[in-house]
Amino acid sequence: MNEPIINVEQLYFSYASEEGGEQIPALAGVSLSIEKGSFVAMIGPNGSGKSTLAKCLNALLLPGSGTVHVFGMDTREDALVWDIRKSVGMVFQNPDNQLVSSIVEDDVAFGPENLGVEPAEIRKRVDAALASVDMYEHRQKGPHLLSGGQKQRVAIAGVLAMESQCIVLDEPTAMLDPSGRKEVMDIIHRLHADGKTIVLITHFMEEAAQADRIISMERGKIVFDGTPRQLFSQEDNGHNLDMPFAVQLAAKLRSRGLDIPKQAITDQELVEYLCASK
Amino acid sequence: MRIEVKGLTHVYSEGMPFETVALEDVNFVLEPGSFTGLIGHTGSGKSTLIQHLNGLLRPMEGAVIVDGVNIADKSDAARALRRKIGLVFQYPEHQLFEETVLKDVCFGPKNLGCTQDECEERALHALSLVGLDGKAFQDRSPFGLSGGEKRRVAIAGVLAMEPDVLILDEPTAGLDPAGHRSILDMVRQIKRERDLSILLVTHNMDDVARLADHVLVMQSGRLVMEGTPLEIFSEDAKLQTLGLSLPQATRLMNMLAERGCDVRTDILTLQEAEEEIVRAFI
Amino acid sequence: MAIKDITLGQYFPGESIVHRLDPRTKILGTFVFLVTLFLVNRFAGFALSAAFIAGVIALSGVPVKFMIRGLRPILFLIVFSTILNLFVTAGTPIVQFGPLTITEEGVYRAAFMALRLMLLIFGSSLLTLVTKPITLTDGIERLMSPLNIVKLPSHELAMMMTIALRFIPTLLDETDKIMKAQTARGADFESGNLFRRAKGLIPLLVPLFVSAFRIAGDLAMAMEARCYRGGKGRTRMNGMAFSGRDAGALCVLVAYFAATIYLRTMGG
Repeated sequence: MNEPIINVEQLYFSYASEEGGEQIPALAGVSLSIEKGSFVAMIGPNGSGKSTLAKCLNALLLPGSGTVHVFGMDTREDALVWDIRKSVGMVFQNPDNQLVSSIVEDDVAFGPENLGVEPAEIRKRVDAALASVDMYEHRQKGPHLLSGGQKQRVAIAGVLAMESQCIVLDEPTAMLDPSGRKEVMDIIHRLHADGKTIVLITHFMEEAAQADRIISMERGKIVFDGTPRQLFSQEDNGHNLDMPFAVQLAAKLRSRGLDIPKQAITDQELVEYLCASK
Repeated sequence: MRIEVKGLTHVYSEGMPFETVALEDVNFVLEPGSFTGLIGHTGSGKSTLIQHLNGLLRPMEGAVIVDGVNIADKSDAARALRRKIGLVFQYPEHQLFEETVLKDVCFGPKNLGCTQDECEERALHALSLVGLDGKAFQDRSPFGLSGGEKRRVAIAGVLAMEPDVLILDEPTAGLDPAGHRSILDMVRQIKRERDLSILLVTHNMDDVARLADHVLVMQSGRLVMEGTPLEIFSEDAKLQTLGLSLPQATRLMNMLAERGCDVRTDILTLQEAEEEIVRAFI
Repeated sequence: MAIKDITLGQYFPGESIVHRLDPRTKILGTFVFLVTLFLVNRFAGFALSAAFIAGVIALSGVPVKFMIRGLRPILFLIVFSTILNLFVTAGTPIVQFGPLTITEEGVYRAAFMALRLMLLIFGSSLLTLVTKPITLTDGIERLMSPLNIVKLPSHELAMMMTIALRFIPTLLDETDKIMKAQTARGADFESGNLFRRAKGLIPLLVPLFVSAFRIAGDLAMAMEARCYRGGKGRTRMNGMAFSGRDAGALCVLVAYFAATIYLRTMGG
């Protein structure tokens, strides 16, 4: 069991309402811990609080009450903010609006430059980061010449160049087409295999299903925390339209009399079972 | 309204080293009352094509003929027809600009020359079509709405022009699964109530399978496949070379068939898959 | 005329000696060159300036065709001013078309003005063609940093420039999209008098501003997430150091400037 690098205790957070007065609670008592090297997906509808939670992890938002500890550092401590953001890098939803520079390699250098890293060392990190996301050959290009998937890869490289051990991705594929989504998911798997801790905020169940652990949120609370398999084999889930196709189909078939085991949650598994039963 | 596209060709930056052929000899017909799905990779020419359909772009070669009239003509008839073709771009909420929802939705009708009363009537109708209560929303600022509400207001803005054809470019882009379903249900409802033809640009094969009766597949500026969803999705190999996927139900049934099970593969939806599997295995 | 014809602000990648000069040298050089364009008053002077910029362009490796394309946006201005100067200047008449006279002085004036405009475009666009935007803004920041003493926020200004340059294509794209969406709703951006057209821009400007603010908000958050905290303690991957190249370039620059002054004072 790896030690937890992120600890969230009884976290409450509310956004100030525009009309003043009435506060909208975005997080209503969230507690969780994330272990080093794990791949956690956070899923939930719009307004469930998952993006808010993500921003609490790198001190972009501070708790209303409760605590968030990252690598042992309390996010409320002003002096530690930069160390926290260095350890937990973040990639955002809009591929365009997070790139600062007109040239790919200069944008990837932005993070290390802010950290005061030596120029020669920055160069090395930038080249390595771009290589690990397969964007090295595009290093001199301008962002407007890149596809959405490529831009997100550059954004990921920008985080890698800061040598963050944990990468939080806030709906990184929401604005991408299917091939862009695949590019980004492939890189995420690669980074996870390299030992990075990944927190993926998404509303695509197909993506969450690829993680080791799914945390499902609703209205600011965690409603499920477990493996994908556990989530999909739960009793009522076949009727939840957001479940993977195979899970939905299996539930329908079960109600028609076919005895499909709860463990069959992918297309492959369902097909295996059906063919074996013939 | 019948839209006929004949030999449509469009080139960007003609004569320059950056010259790109965006569309090449595209031919098809959109029949009245149809629901057409337009699929293809980013860069296949879909955006350029839809901009030709309502006259935003003029063809280099070929023509777009609507009810017998070439819409690139300078005539009043052509102009009137162009205005009957509604186009909703991606992230349409980015076009909102007025102080109130009502005023924004009225923008289109106003440009058509409607009186204030006509505009408001159309606007309220359009708002109810997109599932928003006109009375509750009309005086609110569009900028204070949620993402989903903004999108609906933007779509209402196009519907208020009472088009005969509605073209939607990835209307569910950026939405979560619930929002996605909700918008598509809305589109289906709109088609039923207003009896328009719909052209839906999408990457989602399940949506095409479920909603469309006619499919156009584009690649590198050319129309490479055309037919009903059943016809298109039965060509697994061809779709693979185009880098396109199948509806999930079709894919699963293909997997079963490949393993030797005696099942039909002309299946498009979850219900059909359920029925067929029950038939074959019980 | 496409966006691609605007060479000002575009970067043309390369490894030439001009590319590798320190940005401060290039900024100073451009400044000096532009000043000399307003000092020259004889053909000899223009010839010298033209030769100078031609030499720099040749050394930089930027194709001449590219530079000439950059003249497209101001072609109208060049033609207009040429015609104006030809017919309006008083002096010794050469040709007469009824009420219109072309004078000798007019010919000189027109030629000089046209040359001046062209060399102006060449000189200023060359700077951005051979210098990466970030390097350029770094150079400006360094040159301005002595002014920190009088509380001029040189880093912040340079950062603003970098971001502005970065988002020019994005905002142009956004403008195009909004215009298309509003045109599809029947908006008319072309016809009407000045007042009507200005009013007609509201459906374009309001969404554009909203977009710009949204971009700014997202960008600020992303910059903070990447530990941006102003200029203090910031390093640069692309270092800046004067080298022999720069010394040589500066010598050439001084010689050119001196020659320009000489030609001007020597002339009649």
